Amino acid sequence: MLAYIARRLVAMVIMMFLISIASFVIIQLPPGDFLTTYVASQEQGSSVSIQQIEFLKQKYGLDQPFYVQYWRWISGIVFNGDFGYSFNWDKPVSELIWGQLGFTLLLSVATLLFAWAVSFPIGVYSAVKQYSIGDYIVSFIGFIGLAIPNFLLALVLMYIGFKYFGQSVGGLFSPEYRDAPFSLGKLWDLFKHLWVPIIVIGTAQTAELIRIMRANLLDELNKPYVTTARAKGMSEIRLIFKYPIRIALNPFVSTVGWVLPNLVSGAVIVSVVLNLPTVGPLLLNSLQSQDMYLAGAFILLLSVLTLVGTIVSDILLALLDPRIKLE
Amino acid sequence: MASSTGLGKSAPDNAVSDDSERTAFGEAEAPGADVYEDMPAQGNPSVDVASQWQLMRWKFMRHKAAVVALWFVIGIYAIGLFCEILAPQDPNETNGSFAYAPPMGIHLFEEDGTFNPHVKGLTSERDRLTFRLEYAVDPEVIIPIRPFVKGDSYRMWGLFEWDRHLFGTVDPEANFFLLGADRLGRDNFSRIIYGTRVSLSIGLVGVALSLAIGLVLGGVSGYYGGRVDNIIQRVIEFLRSMPTIPLWMGLAAAIPLTWPPLGVYFMITILLSLIGWTSLGRETRGKVMSLKNEDFVIAARLDGVSEFRIITRHLLPAFMSHTIAVTTLAIPQMILAETALSFLGIGLQAPVVSWGVLLQEAQNVNTVATAPWLLLPGVAVVVAVLALNFLGDGLRDAADPYAK
Repeated sequence: MLAYIARRLVAMVIMMFLISIASFVIIQLPPGDFLTTYVASQEQGSSVSIQQIEFLKQKYGLDQPFYVQYWRWISGIVFNGDFGYSFNWDKPVSELIWGQLGFTLLLSVATLLFAWAVSFPIGVYSAVKQYSIGDYIVSFIGFIGLAIPNFLLALVLMYIGFKYFGQSVGGLFSPEYRDAPFSLGKLWDLFKHLWVPIIVIGTAQTAELIRIMRANLLDELNKPYVTTARAKGMSEIRLIFKYPIRIALNPFVSTVGWVLPNLVSGAVIVSVVLNLPTVGPLLLNSLQSQDMYLAGAFILLLSVLTLVGTIVSDILLALLDPRIKLE
Repeated sequence: MASSTGLGKSAPDNAVSDDSERTAFGEAEAPGADVYEDMPAQGNPSVDVASQWQLMRWKFMRHKAAVVALWFVIGIYAIGLFCEILAPQDPNETNGSFAYAPPMGIHLFEEDGTFNPHVKGLTSERDRLTFRLEYAVDPEVIIPIRPFVKGDSYRMWGLFEWDRHLFGTVDPEANFFLLGADRLGRDNFSRIIYGTRVSLSIGLVGVALSLAIGLVLGGVSGYYGGRVDNIIQRVIEFLRSMPTIPLWMGLAAAIPLTWPPLGVYFMITILLSLIGWTSLGRETRGKVMSLKNEDFVIAARLDGVSEFRIITRHLLPAFMSHTIAVTTLAIPQMILAETALSFLGIGLQAPVVSWGVLLQEAQNVNTVATAPWLLLPGVAVVVAVLALNFLGDGLRDAADPYAK
């Protein structure tokens, strides 16, 4: 087991290195360097001195080759937690990102739990009662759930909330709590707002998970050991829960590896529509204004968080099903 | 079944075994019943001699939802192909005095019962408080609608000048908004029709590109195995572990704003295929790996057939049907991705008309509350994606006609 974990951790470090290069390439992609953008944007305020520009140039090695720039950037992050400077906000990036990332993580994990909690019973029902009316309805809703872009669902929900309930469903907090210090009331307020984005982001993944659960369980239900147990007179409910579901559960748990990236993606775009204080709006804004250090930090951290989540789930899965680490 | 190597990730396409990834719709045949209802009974000579493609066709026809979806898909692509004729108006023609004009219903009969398809005119008045145009139907003004009218002229497929439209107002100057108008008074219906062309073709071009990369890399990976396979698999795992939307956003934002629309269009398709090829690559690899040790391939190899010929002549045809099914399922993903990017304003840009670009108009709740019809391009997206998903589902079942 330890060897397996060690192997996975080494692979993770390599992946992180690759992700950091990819993020840095994205930072570098826009034509010209960001300093020109910065200087241009500061012209009205004219607060930028030549010394300041020189200082920044030195600090980020803008006149140096690519690998030197990369090294300064990544070593700053790894050793000092310095993600560079946001020229749009005139603040270090590290001061801007953590709150947003926290909410993104909260939203993604909550949605993941929601998707599992909903898809598990429905998937089991759909497989056990194969070809029943309920199965057809679930399958059809599943197809529709997969076909609706989640931002569209967000828009429709907002419209319905606005039109028929006269309230805005955007944001994560009511106005009176937005800047309030943390309290139980604030937490409750958060819960009241959280369900809309959770449903919006989770729909497509839930539909997919129902499909997977149903297919896996159907595979198991046709196996001889089920027939044997039934022939021996085991009660149907006990039989299903004791054997096939436990086996069908493994592929279901392992889906976290691709569900999590999708949820993070979904959270980004839905947050823009619902105006949630997550990474989404800030990332979009930073990309549009070519505030590249900020954008790069978000892309890097979102990818790394996804990777860590995947690996944690893989290790849990290996604990659950010892066969996996042998492969 | 799922192989969890390296990073131990089970991708969606192998989390479930191939045969079982069927939905209720694909498994309509009850166990024990004759598999092909409308085909000759088992043992009948026409089944024994039927070609593989014939068997697939029979199996596909059994999947009723997929057959309906096929007609939908054909219809939607036809709309994309003939959008100049089908759209009653020029999609970019603005009309400031009809901003956010509501949809006009077509009436077939006049008050006195005479047959005269028409829409009622609109009168507008500016609200003193909100400065918004308020519209009211003017029952006196009757704008007749006729088939094959002369209207705005266009260049059909860039080949010849024409001005006929499938239907439209008799008077070319009259205003006719079947599905309402947008912020600049452009006809929503015509814009959705034109958007069909861009949105659907970006799916096709993107998938063609992904297919090319996926077939080559997946094929090489599966056929040669070993180190090459290992490297390609790690690359695929790497690409799949990144959250796609932030990645796309980062790359799409780097496209210079000064680029011509066509350049942006191709850049976006390339970006979408950058990730899109991974699932096709994985499928191809799996198929090639299972096929390369089949007797017929070994026989060919022992006979001294060249590798190129083995791959193109024996392996490719063997998993062609499967590839077609997987490709069909990849198109809706592309359409959704393009819509999302354009919606955020970092995909395609106006004056290009795609469903995502149209939805950009509906970005905030106030606009949607004033003009809910601006959400209609979203309905077009859902219908197209749904139809393609059902079609792909049916094709995947039919791709292996020998399965129970």
